[in-house]
Amino acid sequence: MIKHHLPDEVLMAYSAGNLPEAFNVVVASHVSMSDDSRVRLDTYDALGGAVLDTIETVEMSEGSLEATLAMIERTAVDAITTEPRTLKPGVFPTPLQDYVGGDIDDVSWRPVGMGVKQAILKTSKSATVRLLYIPSGVAMPDHSHGGMEMTLVLKGAFEDEVDHFARGDVEIADEDVHHTPVAVGPEDCICLSATDARLKFKSLLPRLAQPFLQI
Amino acid sequence: MVALVERIRSDKDQTAFAVLFRHFAPRIKGFLMKSGASESLAEECTQEAMAVLWHKSHLFDPTRASVSTWVFTIARNKKIDVLRKQQRPEPEDLPWGPEAEPDQADVIVLQEESERLSKALAALPDKQRDLVEKAYFGDMSHSEIATVTGLPLGTIKSRIRLALERLRHEMK
Repeated sequence: MIKHHLPDEVLMAYSAGNLPEAFNVVVASHVSMSDDSRVRLDTYDALGGAVLDTIETVEMSEGSLEATLAMIERTAVDAITTEPRTLKPGVFPTPLQDYVGGDIDDVSWRPVGMGVKQAILKTSKSATVRLLYIPSGVAMPDHSHGGMEMTLVLKGAFEDEVDHFARGDVEIADEDVHHTPVAVGPEDCICLSATDARLKFKSLLPRLAQPFLQI
Repeated sequence: MVALVERIRSDKDQTAFAVLFRHFAPRIKGFLMKSGASESLAEECTQEAMAVLWHKSHLFDPTRASVSTWVFTIARNKKIDVLRKQQRPEPEDLPWGPEAEPDQADVIVLQEESERLSKALAALPDKQRDLVEKAYFGDMSHSEIATVTGLPLGTIKSRIRLALERLRHEMK
């Protein structure tokens, strides 16, 4: 049972297409796991539809309809993706599998110390998204946040001073939050975490590790 | 509007497409230009977006979205692709199977709720409507948007939730 869903502002920004790709991967993955968030996302899409209804129109150029019909004729035979994006079974939600190129066993982990491993996913550069593997009982590196950090639990669980996060839960931390999440429970924790470029590490060891973490 | 999309899907009806084109293409073009595209780029992308509408007509679910909503998502994805040069990660689709058909009563209610939302948006004071539009064009922070009130988002949300629950039930 998912307890921590994405807040409305984030779903709206995703709907409007205003988030960096790295955060979109986390949002899409969470929505894939949470019907509650999917309903709210669809609601913001509906608001986007209303914006389109009420927007100032700009006239199309002459012959544009004919040009579009010709384009449709041309592409009809091509194999353009008109198939629905179907559910890919597995531990990872479908949009994440698209980025990993497979499921949990296909991740190319790199060790970053204390048994923690990570894999950075390829996205546009304005923000970073990585998979983190944290052995149960181990803390994530202690850091303060210069910007926004969004973390989705895929396997196992973690806790910080305030709350408990399990599969499907998403935690958002900003510059005001100084927390020390620790992986807990019988399983090691795997999560997906997007960060913006201004994240700062506090303690010495994580600061040394920073070039490897690419924050 | 829903019937027009259905005619494209089942009959490849170019007349139905022409009606949708005349209605939506100038809106998509306006949306893309407000989002920062030049006139010529917006024109090109609008034609491409309308071609996507033709090719993906079978993916439209009228119990969970109005045609405007669906067209908005196509236009938005075009914006991300062309203006932001990003890929768009998206959750999997939840399409109706080949046998299951959406309930017409559900379709009507959802379309009515969508119209009501558009009317409420149009009726907002200019300043508030501006805020909503800007949020969707991408030139403001999303925290400012929280101050906009008076939109019947709760009712349309309940309809979408109901439709999704039914769909999940069908998929079992």
